[in-house]
Amino acid sequence: MTKDIVLEAQGLCKQVSSPEGTLTIVQDVSLQVFAGESVAVVGASGAGKSTLLALLAGLDLPTRGRVLLDGEDLSALDEDGRARLRAERVGFVFQSFHLIPALTALENVMLPLELAGRSDAREAATLALDHVGLRSRIGHYPRQLSGGEQQRVAIARAFVMRPAVLFADEPTGNLDTTTGARIADLLFALNADSGTTLVLVTHDRTLAARCGRSVIMEAGQLTAG
Amino acid sequence: MSRASLLGLRLLAREWRSGELAVLLLALMVAVGALTGVGFLVNRIGQSVALQANEVLAADLRLESSQPLPATYLDEAVRRGLETANATSVLSVVFRDDLNQLANLRAVSDTYPLRGTVGVATEPFGTPTAVDSGPPRGEVWPDSKLLAALDAKLGDTVSVGAATFRISKVLITRPDQGGGFGELAPSLLMHADDLPATRLLQPGSRATYAALFAGEREQVATFKPWLAERKQRGERLRDVSEASPQIQSAIDRAGRFLSLASLVAVLLCAIAVGMSARRYVQRHLDSVALLKTLGATRAFTLTVSLVQLLVIALVAAAVGSVIGYLAQEWLLRALQGLLRADLPPADWLPFGLGLATAVALLAGFALPPLLQLSTVPAIRVLRRDITPPKPAVWLAFGPAIAAVVVLIYWVVRDWVFFFGFVIGLTVFTAVLALAGWLLVNVAGSLRGAVGVSWRYGIANLGRRRAESIVQIVAFGLGIMVLLVLAVVRNDLLTDWRRSLPADLPNFFFINIPPTEREDFFAFLKQRGAATSRELPMIRARLTELNGKPVETIEFVDPRGEGYARRDQNITWQAALGDDNQVVAGRWWSEADHGRALVSISDEYQQGLGLSIGDRMTFDIAGEVIEAEVASVRKIKWDSFQPNFFVVFPPGLLDELAGTWMTSAYFKPGDGRVISELVRRFPSVSVFDLDDLLEQVRGVIEKAVLAVQSVFLFTLFAGLTVLLAAVQATRDERRYESAMLRTLGASRSVVLRGLLAEFSALGLLAGLLASTGASIAGFFLAKQVLQVPYEFSPEVWLVGTLGGAGLVAVAGWLATRSVLRQPPATSLR
Repeated sequence: MTKDIVLEAQGLCKQVSSPEGTLTIVQDVSLQVFAGESVAVVGASGAGKSTLLALLAGLDLPTRGRVLLDGEDLSALDEDGRARLRAERVGFVFQSFHLIPALTALENVMLPLELAGRSDAREAATLALDHVGLRSRIGHYPRQLSGGEQQRVAIARAFVMRPAVLFADEPTGNLDTTTGARIADLLFALNADSGTTLVLVTHDRTLAARCGRSVIMEAGQLTAG
Repeated sequence: MSRASLLGLRLLAREWRSGELAVLLLALMVAVGALTGVGFLVNRIGQSVALQANEVLAADLRLESSQPLPATYLDEAVRRGLETANATSVLSVVFRDDLNQLANLRAVSDTYPLRGTVGVATEPFGTPTAVDSGPPRGEVWPDSKLLAALDAKLGDTVSVGAATFRISKVLITRPDQGGGFGELAPSLLMHADDLPATRLLQPGSRATYAALFAGEREQVATFKPWLAERKQRGERLRDVSEASPQIQSAIDRAGRFLSLASLVAVLLCAIAVGMSARRYVQRHLDSVALLKTLGATRAFTLTVSLVQLLVIALVAAAVGSVIGYLAQEWLLRALQGLLRADLPPADWLPFGLGLATAVALLAGFALPPLLQLSTVPAIRVLRRDITPPKPAVWLAFGPAIAAVVVLIYWVVRDWVFFFGFVIGLTVFTAVLALAGWLLVNVAGSLRGAVGVSWRYGIANLGRRRAESIVQIVAFGLGIMVLLVLAVVRNDLLTDWRRSLPADLPNFFFINIPPTEREDFFAFLKQRGAATSRELPMIRARLTELNGKPVETIEFVDPRGEGYARRDQNITWQAALGDDNQVVAGRWWSEADHGRALVSISDEYQQGLGLSIGDRMTFDIAGEVIEAEVASVRKIKWDSFQPNFFVVFPPGLLDELAGTWMTSAYFKPGDGRVISELVRRFPSVSVFDLDDLLEQVRGVIEKAVLAVQSVFLFTLFAGLTVLLAAVQATRDERRYESAMLRTLGASRSVVLRGLLAEFSALGLLAGLLASTGASIAGFFLAKQVLQVPYEFSPEVWLVGTLGGAGLVAVAGWLATRSVLRQPPATSLR
């Protein structure tokens, strides 16, 4: 494990306007994540975990502060610039899987490869699905797969690009305990294999405990390292 | 091809395989199919009606002159591939032994008539047999009146000028005999090559030379302006609009109805495309957000969507056009037995029209939401409540409105109609939107008062405010245009049926001397013939307008020249006929009788450029009368009643009354009565209008068929489009019904809830549509089709109940698959 910083948040602040006035969702958050590390962001619902994840991944921009991803200042990039950066270096696993219903398991995994213009999309995606144990179901549509299987497809889609950083947002949140545990096993095994940096947002302390390090989010602030 | 385009195509193919595109494609294909189908029908039936109408001229175009026509016209026509014929007419006396009669000789070439047929018989007033040409050389065909006047029979010989001919048949009808009374003399048809032998054509002889042209529509359409540009002064070019006002009126109204049907198809198409584009965007919000999360740029996602939509548009347009073509072909085949003649093949134009319309509508309706789609933020993958920023109002609706407005103008091509239609449509859409807004608000307060199903259904309406309003507008517009078409069709058909009853006068009698008037009418009465109005008929010549001699006036309207130069038949009349409508000024009261006033027809008023209060001077048998224009009348020529361009009040011309005229109905086979009448009243001119009536009936029959079939086709297509539009709202309900069933609601409760929601939508849309249709129908009937409007309460019944039923059934069809699935499938 090297000590290079791949992800750094400096004094992040996110405010939104609401009918009740300005709400501060993320308040003065600073964080450093090192290459190959796995970090859990834990906290109760509404603590601002997902918003922090969105800011760290460049899906949203902070009101103040900045995020450096692999040395690049996300605030300095425009939307398309951030998209390109994500394409090259970031993977995602979501609570609600986010598979495209009209595409089969294989096609869903092929999608990021095709976006990157890879000619071996089909082979690479088949291999990735093989890794998550879904070789036999590559032709199935999301609606024909169980929740656990859908999340495996999502994990295959995340790892197939060998991202520098993988963001996981409550990856087991929609699954029963047994399935959730299997998905977590898979996620950590692949993470260890590929040496990817993992940033995992969860309210599940057991899941967080499997990460190298946990930070706690409370009312928009990181309270403990 | 760029990566984005390739990916767009690949994603599209995958969506197609998954069945995801079926609804969108179905809606678009049905819409394009409806549009092109109506286009094809309108095109073919319109052509066929026009062809039949052209029989009145015996050609598509006819050029007439009192001087021989230069050969260049015919040469050019032949060069362009048109058919041509000659017809020369000259007044001359025909002799048989010691009997003689002034007759109108018509010398026609081999190819005459180019349109229609000549009807001949073996006895006067006999039942005609149709033949395709005039008599061969050496033979002549006199009409019944001439034969009666000469007391001749078939095989007799008659002399015409310096030549003699054998009578081989009796001329009963010829296509170009017209409905006017300019030709008082009986007719004799002969071969053009026999004319020189008669030596009748001398310099100064009163002859009319006609060149006839016919061909494919485009050929005629391009030849007409060529000819119009080169024709000399004194040469008169005519097409059907001038030859027969009755037929032209029927064609015009049928044409307008067909345009209206096309317009309805365009609007239905717009509704389907608008609803489908909305659904497409809604369904792709998540996908686009995900693509962005996975690293796609905005331009990339936009290209993907554009390529997809373009392919969808092209496929829908191509397949839809074919569906439209096949549907109208099938319909016409089914109707073949009812058609008298084969329909001309369709132009390829409607294909282009379908394609252009589909692309224009898709561009107008789908581009703004697509542009909006590309702005959906990636963060939507984490927070589903985040939607793309709302675009500026002009950007959201501008292109769609522009597309519809351009298409409307393209179809109607008439500024007044166009503005009326667009303004009406705008107001109606605004009323629908407002009513929709009111409904969703009132629906909220009704929740407590109804059962659980209705509460669920009505709560849905209130909760999905924007969608509910959009749906009310879409359904309301769809139902309204279909109802309008139904209302207008009814008025048009009723008017046609009324205007051509079976016992319409088919004989006109002119030149009834005042001394024989009583005897003549007694004769008609004895023979059981029902007569219509009796009118005096006086020859007059227009000499001055506002004190200025007509010879010195340059008329802008070419008709003016004709009206000013030729002798005119005028009359006097106390009461206004019910086939006359005063459009300017006022009809005289009893107090006006005897005053120097005149009422003129609107053609006459336009031709001469006159206004109310202008002074017209007439020379009536040497007496000069100056009268002031008191009213302008619109005459319904297809009433077949005696009508005059120029009418005076009673008490002014009474002393001058030269002769009388009337019209009467004789049953077919009353030929002997007519022969008897001709012998007994030799000075009375008899005009047999049966053939003209037959021609008009033929045209109107075709027009009725056109209106009926296009209406049914549009109705069917419209219902399908609305069904497809309801399909587009299916997704919104899928999740909720699954949720309700998870919470323990039975399928029937959920179903009743859905039906409640759809029925409420349909009921309101139908109610508003019925109101809109009644108002629009009134204006269309009055202003565009010029038929009396008949208020029909059924419109409300059909519109409201039909609307509720239609939308409920469509909703049920669209959502029943949702109800069949286990709730988990939809919730996952």
